[in-house]
Amino acid sequence: MSDILWITGGRVIDPANQRDAIGDVFAIDGVFVDSLDQAQMTAATKFDASGLVVAPGLVDIHVHFRDPGQTHKEDIASGSRAAAAGGFTTVVCMPNTSPVCDNAGTIQRIMDKVERDSVINVYPTGCLTIGMDGEQLAPTGQLKNAGVVAVTDDGKCVQSNEIMRRAVEYAKMFDLPIMDHCQDASLTRGSVMNEGEWSLRLGLRGWPKIAEDIIVARNVLLAELTGAHIHMQHVSSANSVEILRRAIARGISVSGEASPHHIEFTDACLKDYDTNYKMNPPLRTEADKEALIEGLCDGTLCCIATDHAPHSPDEKDREFDTAPFGIIGLENSLASSLGTLYHSGRLSLSEVIALMTHKGAELCKLDAGTLSVGAAADICIFDPDEEWTVDADQFFSKSRNCPWNRRTLKAKIKGTYVGGTQVFDGTSITA
Amino acid sequence: MSQSLVWNRKDLIDVEPLSRDEIETIFTAATAFKKTMEADDKKQPYLEGRTVVNLFLEPSTRTRLAFEVAASRLSADTITVTGAASSLTKGETLRDTARNMEALKADMIIMRHSASGAPNYLSKVIDIPVINAGDGSHAHPTQALLDAFTLLEKLGSLDGKKVTILGDILFSRVARSNIFCLKALGADVTIAGPSTLVPKGFEALGVKVSHDLQEALEDADAVMLLRIQHERQTATHFPSIGEYTSMFGLNKARAEWLKPDAIIMHPGPINRGVEIDSELADSNQSVILEQVTNGIVVRMAVLHLCHCFFKGKTAELPAI
Repeated sequence: MSDILWITGGRVIDPANQRDAIGDVFAIDGVFVDSLDQAQMTAATKFDASGLVVAPGLVDIHVHFRDPGQTHKEDIASGSRAAAAGGFTTVVCMPNTSPVCDNAGTIQRIMDKVERDSVINVYPTGCLTIGMDGEQLAPTGQLKNAGVVAVTDDGKCVQSNEIMRRAVEYAKMFDLPIMDHCQDASLTRGSVMNEGEWSLRLGLRGWPKIAEDIIVARNVLLAELTGAHIHMQHVSSANSVEILRRAIARGISVSGEASPHHIEFTDACLKDYDTNYKMNPPLRTEADKEALIEGLCDGTLCCIATDHAPHSPDEKDREFDTAPFGIIGLENSLASSLGTLYHSGRLSLSEVIALMTHKGAELCKLDAGTLSVGAAADICIFDPDEEWTVDADQFFSKSRNCPWNRRTLKAKIKGTYVGGTQVFDGTSITA
Repeated sequence: MSQSLVWNRKDLIDVEPLSRDEIETIFTAATAFKKTMEADDKKQPYLEGRTVVNLFLEPSTRTRLAFEVAASRLSADTITVTGAASSLTKGETLRDTARNMEALKADMIIMRHSASGAPNYLSKVIDIPVINAGDGSHAHPTQALLDAFTLLEKLGSLDGKKVTILGDILFSRVARSNIFCLKALGADVTIAGPSTLVPKGFEALGVKVSHDLQEALEDADAVMLLRIQHERQTATHFPSIGEYTSMFGLNKARAEWLKPDAIIMHPGPINRGVEIDSELADSNQSVILEQVTNGIVVRMAVLHLCHCFFKGKTAELPAI
């Protein structure tokens, strides 16, 4: 007896296949099919999606699940449940765990735990350099064989141009995407927020945008030199968007992502020293925010990634200077991104879904983010107009460091399916 | 005859939110307390039986002493906890340290902290009044208030007066609080010093930014010097102390650019021969030691007003 799923009457939006129409979605044994026969229809598990959007399961290529090593903040079980509750069915984890992912053994350990504890698809990344110290290349080939889908020293940026050059040249041989956290450390020593009027007002050490721009420009030149693809993580500065735009126009193989918080908030949000607005890179100005949105609209930035970065309440509950960088966003990312981009009239629903599904998946060469016949039946069903108020205390994540807490957002997840099986029913994890 | 004052704050974190009326209320109280300083018995009864904690997590001499003296002149019991002696060095959080003090039934916490915004945070996690004695590069409200109080004693009014603040503005909490305080009282404020320590972005705060010392000092009614250091924080911002002194140090020749009898101020501690010539620091134009004396009465006023509001009492002043 097969497992048969029949989702009826929803607005089916599948940007990769240019589909946006009321219709049904079918899956047999966890794989999309184009129709069911009469017997299969009778046997199917049905979900009435009338009035709802039926989209591919969301894909996030930038999350931190803190597992192994910092599981008081998050682990694969809690992180994957938070993702499922946010409509995500595929995520890519950053390698700054403890120990860091610079060896095949750690990757194997993560894959084992994913197999055992995760309710969604979780892929690891490997470090670019040993210990993420930026000095010696990590064993990229072995990491790839162990299952990583990209290499990055996220959280740190390789400062040596020689090491970065060799890292990208070497990773290219394995056809692995390189993702870089763009930050010239010499310009950001002791910095905790964007350098500008608000850092002057608050007396906090400023973090100039040029610290990002310089590395984005360097990476463009390295991509041109080596032919490798370099992806710029969480782009925050208007100049960086422009550097990428010109590089892409010249045919250089680079890309960038934007985070939901950078397109919604600015450094003015720090006025009360709320550490839930402290992240790396920092929130910038209104002009930067606008440039990022423009970059998403014209395709310069190819996807939205949350940079879900959990920290325990105790760690965030302290003086601004000493609180850790990072915020969580998986459970509200669809709603906040739709608010910024769709409900504001900047992009269509289908365009925003593309930014949160197949675009990121393509970058990491993942078979995800579509409703294509034959693909794994990963589905996100949501009501784009239902309002709800974020209550971080109810999150499936172990952490609460969410700047959207207590804000009212529009778009509510009604069901998440992984491989044809419901993992979230709009209220509870059902896997 | 005694007077009473209207004051609606339990904390003093920053000068920025204070209205001109509120600042003048503090000065009215400070003036009354200053008169009592002439007597042999300087004690005032307003904080009798109260416990005031001086939580000084960053080194300080004059601010800490001034707060201790102010609290004891108001008859409070004072406890001073310094960084090295606090449990914070054992890993205790600021929240836990402060809540312990609250549990010891302290009535007020005066805090000096190296992190900007630390008193904003503290005031959210405890109920008793929090008085900011300087936080990072953010604010030093009582210093700004005592500076303005001193200027008002000399100049009568600050309306339309040109006050220049010279030195490391970028990392200075004194400069920030003074900008807000002086502007609230009607002064025209110019900030001056090297471009790396006095960025143009400060214009957003409604001040004039100058890197030309003569332009900055010309026709100023008062100049406020800030301490210049060349340590970790500012090491890349200017070449050397010698270079600073040669370009921006205040000496006799440059003081000629000021208005005759212009006032020279410094929050201390002074680096003689660096930001100011010894001769000028000791001249009649200098009010550096009056600033210290006024620091006590302004702080008495702040402690008294915040405590009264917290207790739901009207703030009475000593009979004059």
